[in-house]
Amino acid sequence: MRGFPSKSKCQNGDDTVAAMTAENESTAQPKPAFSRDIGAIAASIASYLQSIPLVLILGFFFLLPILMIAVVSFWDYDFAGLYPDFLTMNYTDTLGSWVTWKTYLNTLKYTALVWGLTLLIGFWVAYFLAFHIRTTTMQMVLFLVCTVPFLTSNIIRMISWIPVLGRNGLVNTTLIEMGIIPSPIEWLLYSDFAVVLAMVHLNTLFMVTPIFNTLMRIDRSLIEAARDAGANGWQILWNVILPLAKPGIAIGSIFVVTLVMADFSTVQVMSGGQSASVALMMKNQMSLLQYPAAAANAVVLLIVVLLMVAAILRVVDIRKEL
Amino acid sequence: MSKAAEIDIVSVSKVYGSTTAVHSISLKIPSGSYCCFLGPSGCGKTSTLRMIAGHESISSGDIRLGNTVVTDFPPAKRGTAMMFQSYALFPHLDLVDNVAFSLKMKGVDKEVRRAKALEMLKLMQMEPYANRRPAQLSGGQQQRVALARALITDPEALLLDEPLSALDPFLKIRMRAELKKLQKSLGITFVHVTHSQEEAMALADIIVIMNDGKIEQAAHPREVFERPATAFVARFMGDHNVLTGRVVESGEGRVTLEVAEGQTFTVAGPDQAPGAPIDIGVRTDRVRLAAASDKTLGFNGVVSNVEYRGASVKITVNGAGSDDFTVIASDADYFEKPVSVGDAVSLSWGLEDAVLLGRMAA
Repeated sequence: MRGFPSKSKCQNGDDTVAAMTAENESTAQPKPAFSRDIGAIAASIASYLQSIPLVLILGFFFLLPILMIAVVSFWDYDFAGLYPDFLTMNYTDTLGSWVTWKTYLNTLKYTALVWGLTLLIGFWVAYFLAFHIRTTTMQMVLFLVCTVPFLTSNIIRMISWIPVLGRNGLVNTTLIEMGIIPSPIEWLLYSDFAVVLAMVHLNTLFMVTPIFNTLMRIDRSLIEAARDAGANGWQILWNVILPLAKPGIAIGSIFVVTLVMADFSTVQVMSGGQSASVALMMKNQMSLLQYPAAAANAVVLLIVVLLMVAAILRVVDIRKEL
Repeated sequence: MSKAAEIDIVSVSKVYGSTTAVHSISLKIPSGSYCCFLGPSGCGKTSTLRMIAGHESISSGDIRLGNTVVTDFPPAKRGTAMMFQSYALFPHLDLVDNVAFSLKMKGVDKEVRRAKALEMLKLMQMEPYANRRPAQLSGGQQQRVALARALITDPEALLLDEPLSALDPFLKIRMRAELKKLQKSLGITFVHVTHSQEEAMALADIIVIMNDGKIEQAAHPREVFERPATAFVARFMGDHNVLTGRVVESGEGRVTLEVAEGQTFTVAGPDQAPGAPIDIGVRTDRVRLAAASDKTLGFNGVVSNVEYRGASVKITVNGAGSDDFTVIASDADYFEKPVSVGDAVSLSWGLEDAVLLGRMAA
């Protein structure tokens, strides 16, 4: 043990000498090595600099607001103001109320219905575009036709349903005049039917686009190979096309689920205020200046939606698509 | 293992809009033979194969498999199986499910079809990879799986669309041998589309050479090589030089022609009307670098290129109206009396080394 320190010291000495000679060598031809170092540092700084705009935008407009909502959700409040605190009251109030659970159930019901319908309609539209339209020009034209409704705002598209579905609206008057029904159908407007109809109308394109994209990537010889193996149309659809369209279905589902879960305007307008959704509940809390309660609700909704997205990603591997 | 079927193609045409891909071709492929469709791209060979398979509708004419007219049958009812150019393996299924796919479509029980698929994979020596996905395999392995998938339906004829084109040259030669062995052991009819002369020569019992939607020649490789039917076949197979001219005289089983540059050549053949256009083919490997004893069996030209190929040397000569008259000389002959680019050379061949080429009726 006694010899050990001296040995290490000796080694240190050697290292210093080696370092010094190395230094001498580097001073002998300093320029290339030096400029190379600067270049490497500059390159690494440059890549950080390049990422700064995105970091700033995401930080200010995405992370910071979420963080603030999370912080505010623990604050205290009354009719006059907000008081910084650390209370779990907002959460216990929210989760302890049967209204919340009922509203969540209602929102989930809308989500499930709209998801199912947009998937059904979206898949067939995408399938038709991808497999039955032969020319790419026609495909592009029809695809653009699908996006035409997006030339007007959500609200206008929603409101335009009212004269169609209303008590004296287009559908009811037509049916009455044709003598099919004696009196107007009441559930056409301001009902769950109206809400789901408007939501499907608003969101189907978000399902069509990613599914169309995956369908277009399916190698057509796979379908011939399946036909060669004796598969009929439905068998090809079920055994080849659907499994290969899964990533697109998953991406479309994420769009639709997150949009419907966070919707409040469609529910409010189309149900005529008779139905509630989680986001609508938050909006009402905010109009009553109950910001911390709304924030707690938002955090819970965020967690629920993230869990749903995680579940979708768990079922389908979408990495192939990205 | 299974019955093989004769394939009978009766004046079959394929029309796409205003273009005709296949012009009323007729062909009999004997049962249990290995048939290669050979030709440049766009000659209609793949269309023909796809019509036999049922993946392309037949514009006119009929196709018979054995004693059944299959013209209007769907692919799976024809008793044929197709192997696609890119193999078309299902990327979302493992090898067992890929091979068992057609059995699943028929509603065979899971246990039974998996067992049969495994057996097929074992035959192709792909059993150790049974649970992998196609993307995890090499090109040669994918091809074996595609073969297993095609053969599990117990077809009477296997249709292969450029099966070797995706493989590297060494693997190509190995898989070629495997295909031939497989065809021999199964005894079923193989119809193989390729654009490689070498591949067709190595594999086929019948080579069908197509050009412009028509069959130029359908014969055993030896006959195609020794007696190419048309100038196109001679040029495409590459073993003959083609000389084009007009008949000056004929008789006693010989025809003499004159080419544009004035030389005359003699070839064995039936009488021809004087002045008729005519093509002859001269075997590249039989041309000697020596003056001809009979001046109608040779000419003088100028060497334009020399390519060393190891056992042989390829010499290209300008002359007799041809700017790529090819001579394949053995290396021993060449190095005994080497020539270089720009040299004037005398070429000669025997009467039996030249063939009279036919012309397709337009």
